[in-house]
Amino acid sequence: MAISVSHSRRTYARSAPHLLTRGADRFLTAWDLTRKRAVPQFQWEDFTPGRVFAHGPRRVPRGEMVAFAAEFDPQPMHLDEAAAEHTMLGGLAASGWYLCCILMRMCTDAFVLDSSSMGAPGVDEVRWLLPVRPDDELSLRATVLDTRASKSRPDMGFVRFEFELFNAQGQRVMTLTTTLMMGRRERAAS
Amino acid sequence: MKFWEDIVVGERAEVGRYTFSADAIKGFARRFDPQPFHLDEAAAARSHFGALCASGWHTASVWMRLMVEHQRREDDAHRARGEPVATLGPSPGFRELKWLKPVYVGDTIIYTTEVIEKRASNSRPGWGLMSIRNSGVNQKGEAVISFISVAFVERRGAA
Repeated sequence: MAISVSHSRRTYARSAPHLLTRGADRFLTAWDLTRKRAVPQFQWEDFTPGRVFAHGPRRVPRGEMVAFAAEFDPQPMHLDEAAAEHTMLGGLAASGWYLCCILMRMCTDAFVLDSSSMGAPGVDEVRWLLPVRPDDELSLRATVLDTRASKSRPDMGFVRFEFELFNAQGQRVMTLTTTLMMGRRERAAS
Repeated sequence: MKFWEDIVVGERAEVGRYTFSADAIKGFARRFDPQPFHLDEAAAARSHFGALCASGWHTASVWMRLMVEHQRREDDAHRARGEPVATLGPSPGFRELKWLKPVYVGDTIIYTTEVIEKRASNSRPGWGLMSIRNSGVNQKGEAVISFISVAFVERRGAA
């Protein structure tokens, strides 16, 4: 099986123009930018219950949506307008896994790249509530539910989040609850 | 796809295997999860992962691709035997996704699936729901990913 990789400057120009350096030949990712910051802004202590991070809107272009489906979820309802009309989704709709990936990318751009993120051990639950159509504009709301220190690793803690994606009409299209691992400021400083 | 009535709880299948290359890991991360430990060998070596590893969403998305191909092969086999093929509907979501071990460059993940529950749909006559537990194991036999997903499956004689 060949899973192609396409991450051209053109892809970035379409999906994340704010991550391109103006006039430069190579693209500069958000990560390049955060590498320059020695101490990330957001560490475990900063994620207090009830704190909300908002990001977007971010357009989900038809090209990127269908390209993802062709690569990772090649079912008719995600690939082809005519075939999708006769499915339960009633027309071309994004793969749920594409929405997970877009949500992840919006999180990285919203705060993760400027945090002491150590990844995530998993996801409690994802609910795909409504179909997302080509060229829709999605907004992210990330709410801190609760936090706890790690017993085995004094240099990190856990932050449980609810992530919600809304479409341009303000309808909630997806929810995701997960726990992120974050480095701790006190330990990092000592 | 089998019709909902023909699906048996406890059925298992290997859906496929995939080897994660450094290029694929970085390419996926650049688009969707640009954290240093998914993008850059040197930065990953300094992180708690110790080496470049795949985004968990990459590991999960590859499962979807292999699952679609697996179902396509099953459908072809049904058709070859002259049997009707049921439609697989969309998924309302998944739960209990665990990334149990990092997936490093060169790791080959074998994905399997097991039907753990089925029930009729209350809201959509003509459709049933099945819950499947999906797992990925690396070449050393270590579990790297596990989750429970739900999907609509067409019922016999519904159309």
